[in-house]
Formats: sequence, C-alpha cells, structure tokens
Amino acid sequence: MVLSRYLDERVWLLNRQGKAAIAASAQGHEATQVACIEATDPSKDHYLIYYRQFTAMLALGTEPEEMLRGFLAKETEPMSAAKQFPLHGAHPRVDLFNFSNVIATQLPQAAGVALADKLRGSDAVTVVYFGDGASSQGDTHEAMNFAGVHKLPVIFFCENNRYAISVPLEKQMGIESVASRATGYGFPGVQVDGTDVIAVHEATSAAVERARAGDGPTLIEASVERLLPHTTDDDHTRYRSAEDIAHMSERDPLRITSDVLKRRDLLTEYEDDEIHSTAKKRVNVATDTVDAEPYPGVETMFDHILNDSDRNAEVFRNA
Amino acid sequence: MPEQTVIEAVRETMQAEMRRDDSIILLGEDVGSRGGVFLASDGLIDEFGENRVIDTPLAESSICGVALGTAVNGMRPIAEIQFADFVWPAINQLVGEASKVRYGTGGAKTAPMTVRIPYGGGVRGGLYHSQSIEVLFAHTPGLSVVAPATPYDAKGLLASAIRSDDPVIVLEHKRTYRLVKGDVPTEEYTIPIGKAEIKRPGTDLTIFTYGLMLHYALQAAEMATAAEIDVEVLDLRTLRPLDEDAIAESASRTGKALIVQEDTPAVSISSEVAAIIGERCFFDLDGPITRLGPPEIPPMPFSPLQEAAFMPSPEKILAAITKLAEI
Ligand SMILES: Cc1ncc(C[n+]2csc(CCOP(=O)(O)OP(=O)(O)O)c2C)c(N)n1
Repeated sequence: MVLSRYLDERVWLLNRQGKAAIAASAQGHEATQVACIEATDPSKDHYLIYYRQFTAMLALGTEPEEMLRGFLAKETEPMSAAKQFPLHGAHPRVDLFNFSNVIATQLPQAAGVALADKLRGSDAVTVVYFGDGASSQGDTHEAMNFAGVHKLPVIFFCENNRYAISVPLEKQMGIESVASRATGYGFPGVQVDGTDVIAVHEATSAAVERARAGDGPTLIEASVERLLPHTTDDDHTRYRSAEDIAHMSERDPLRITSDVLKRRDLLTEYEDDEIHSTAKKRVNVATDTVDAEPYPGVETMFDHILNDSDRNAEVFRNA
Repeated sequence: MPEQTVIEAVRETMQAEMRRDDSIILLGEDVGSRGGVFLASDGLIDEFGENRVIDTPLAESSICGVALGTAVNGMRPIAEIQFADFVWPAINQLVGEASKVRYGTGGAKTAPMTVRIPYGGGVRGGLYHSQSIEVLFAHTPGLSVVAPATPYDAKGLLASAIRSDDPVIVLEHKRTYRLVKGDVPTEEYTIPIGKAEIKRPGTDLTIFTYGLMLHYALQAAEMATAAEIDVEVLDLRTLRPLDEDAIAESASRTGKALIVQEDTPAVSISSEVAAIIGERCFFDLDGPITRLGPPEIPPMPFSPLQEAAFMPSPEKILAAITKLAEI
C-alpha cells in the first residue's frame, strides 16, 4: 500500500513534468485492492481490472519498473508494448487483463471467462472490478443477469468512490447502494468499508469460497474515497465542494490502516518509518531506470494485428 | 469579429441556440458542473439549470436512446458522447434506431436530435481516445454527418444540426478544440449541411480532406509553393451527404486528386470520394486518384514515436503532393 502510494504520487509528478501523458490514481483505493487480491489465488484466478487498479497490479507482483513503463510508454512495457494507456493490455505472469478503456465492457467478458471455467470443471474464480459509474452501463446489467442465470464463479467487485469523473452518486443511480442490486439477479450483494482491510478480506474470502464451491456469483461493493481528481486531466475543485475535499483525508486508507496496526501493536513507529523509506527508495530507483529507457520504435507497431501479422507488416510497411 | 477557438465556438453556439429555443436540452456525462471534459458546456448549467443541462448516468445507449425519446416528443436534444471511442454502446440507438425514425414511420415521427462527438487522435490518446468513427455514421442513410474543422464552420454547422428536423452527428476533432483559432461573427448564421468549401484555391492539384487534416493540408499546400506547386484544398465539411458537385468540379478543374484523411483508408470516406471522382471526372484526370492515410493498424499506438508514425503530417502530405504533381 505504501509503495503504491509513493509510486502513484511519482506518476502524477511525471505527468506534471510532461513525461507521463495521463494517469488515473488509486490513492484512496489502496486498502480495498490489496485486501481483495490477498483473498484470491493468483496462481489460478482471473482478474479483469480497470484503469484504477494500480495497487492491485502491485499486489499481484507487478514490479514498479513495469508499472512505470506503462505510464512512460517505454519499449519493454509488458502489458501492451505501450500500444495502450497504462494498466491496459494483459499481464505477463498472472491472468490479469484489461482490453479497453470502454467502461463496463469487462463485466460480460468476466462472465464469459467464468463460464469457460465452469464448463471445464475448473475451480478458478474470476474477479472483475468496476466503478460506481460503470454500474450504470447496460453491459453491467447484462453480465450480472447472465452470471446469475448460470451461477458462475465470478465476483463483481465495485469500488464505489461516489464519483464518476464529476457525476456524483445521486445522479448515477436512484438507490444508495450498488450491492442492493444483487438481489435482482439472484445472488448475494455485500457492502463493505473499503478502507478496512479486514472487512474487505473477509467479504472477498466468503465470495471466493462461494464461487469455488459452485454456488455462484457475489457482488461486493467497497466504499472508498477518491483522494485525487479523476485523472491528471481533471480538476475536481470544479465539482467537489470545499467541505467535501477538506474531509477526504479522514478516509485515507493508509493512515487508517497504520493507525489500526499500531493500536493493535502490530506495527511500531520504527517499522512504519522503515516501510516508508524503503518504498521511497524503491520508487526512486525504478524512476531512474525507466526514465532512461527508449520508446518503442516504429517497426513493432505492425506486430500483432492478426495471427498472420508478418504478412500485415509486410503489406503495410511497403504501403 | 472576435477570434475564437473551436471549443469556444461550440459552447457559444449551444448557448445562443438554447437561449433562442427552450426545447433544446443537453445530455451527457459530466456536462453539468464539470462543463464537459473538454469544457464545451462550461457554465451552461448555471444559465439553464439542471433540467436543461443533464448530467447523465454513465451509459451511452441511454444517453442517445433518451435523447431520441425526447426528440420524438417535442424536444431538440443535443447529446454529447464524451469520446468517439465510447459511442459503441449507443450505435444501436443511433445507426439502428434514430436513422430510420422518419422512414420507418412513413414520416409520422421525426428525430430532431444532435449528437456531438469529439473524435480523432494525435493527442497521445492511445487505442481508446483517438478513434475516427465517421464511417459508421456516414454509411447510414437517414443520418447526416458533419465534421467542421474551423471555429467559423463549427458554429454554422452546429447551428444547422440543432435546427435540423432529422438526426445529425457532429464530429469535432478534439485536437482542433484549442489548437485552431479563427474569426467568428457574433450574430447568428448557419452553414448548410452538405456543402463543401474550398479553403485554398489552386490550379495544379486538389487535396480533399476534413477535420484536423484540413490544417495539415493547408500547411503542406503552403510548403509546396516553394516548389511552385499550386495546391487547392477542399474541406469536405459534411461527410454525409458528400458535396459531390463541389468534389467533381474541383477534381475536373485541377485534374489531380489527393485525398487525405486520418482514418484508416480501407472502406472509408476517402474510398467514397475516390469513387465520386472516378465516376464523374474520369476524362478530366491527369494522374491517378491518390489517397494518403495511416497504415491499416488499430488507431493508434500510445507510445509517442509510433503515434507520430501513424498520423499523417504536413511533411507526409507534401511528399504525396510532390509525387502527384510530377506526373
Ligand atoms: C463507455 C465509456 N464512456 C465514457 C468513458 C469516459 N470515462 C472514463 S472514466 C469515467 C468515469 C468512471 O467512473 P467510475 O466507473 O465510477 O470509476 P472511477 O473512475 O470513479 O473509479 C468516464 C465517464 C469511458 N471510458 N467509457
């Protein structure tokens, strides 16, 4: 979580320096992402993420250098060879992917991934992440309906930060909780405090158990705070009240988590400081490395159009 | 005449039209207090209120379907799709439904709706914030498609779209929003849908283009004067219906046609323009109808060198001009 925060801050800075074209931050979402991933099994489960899953990526073993290559669009970027925005493409080691920026398209795809597992008799679980805004798309409804009909081993994980860019929850839906919709699809929906690692871990573990046992989907809604504007292109003072912004930090999961750990004597001041300074150093090293790396050259832009990409490359290089 | 950017012209046109006609409403994601992600509707919610400037849920099918519903019931909606790359969920409501309302009801119902869509690349938008989607709509009978490239045209064509009794897709190249400035009269005016314009007269060859590429073509035409090549630049402005007469007139007169577009060439606007020139100007041509566009790969890579290699540029256009002029 601490590493994620520092790296996330660095990426924002790199944007301000003109080096990273765009960034969406996970600041405020860290606890929920770490706790959710911890309850799953990366050796066999599937993860369909969206652009805000910065911490989840790290929790799944992505190196800071690999993350930075996405933001700085460098040659050895592992997810899409820098064809796509950061956090888009497919992970080189775990089954994590994010095909597009088009909101909510990942939900029906997740139902499909889970259907394939069910048909093959695998006990793998599919976790699909989405925001409160994404819950409005037709794709979301269609995916949940399909998963409900077929009792698929899928976890619909909503990170509800109450804003879709500028649109607040009350303009997004006529109800207060996304989780309450699950009833309409015939599976359980649970609401958890997304700043509480224990609560998120428990809720996800229960959903994983249910899915592996063949009992079907669960919808989890974790309430979190989006601590920064939507992306580096946004300015949230245009639509968030000064009061709202002033109170944001009360829901900072980093502070909350370290307070809890210290209160339970699971973390000392000294250890906390160590974690912070190690993370800072890690981020500095990664930045120096990746900053010096080259961009992808033109040749490789013709790769992977179709299976016969060599033919494509030949045709279009000559065009 | 005040100088404006394209985005300012768009905003002031919507504002003026909304003052003139209170059946006009705006619908879209973040169009309210955020003022739209490109600030096209900045301040409009303060003037017209939440009933006329509606921040919708994040769902393009309902943005366009709801707009269509209001249109067949007495309103004149302007729907905003945040980025062209996100119009796909709404294709059913636009290409499938809105386009056929008049025809399919024997004229009993009409859909006076405008859909504004920022499109195009060269903005480090990667695969999903750079797409050109004009062909989908330009292929569809029952829709009109305009693609203004200057502040003056943005105002005149948007006003025509809003006043049209049928659905009009307004494609605004997002790179032109702040890049392109020009004089815009304060008084109201419209530009007829379906009329191209010669943005630069010339005698040796004609470039047919639209959108951001208009500006690159004008730069290339200027660069070509050094080699004493006199290039005409025709701005298509409307992509459906294409101004066939203007296209044929210019191609016949200069005898050489270079069609430049940012969209991938296969089965595209340039294919259609080439067909028109082939059908109508065959005996007047002094060289092959030539097309310049990006390679046939998904538009467009995020990394900077590859994006630049993908995009047509003034230099690439100049090279094509020189080659064609030599024939
Ligand atoms: C289909 C589609 N429409 C619009 C957008 C533009 N857009 C990108 S993010 C976003 C808001 C998403 O909000 P939410 O789902 O709540 O996720 P959050 O960013 O708050 O985590 C919008 C409207 C998009 N990417 N895809």
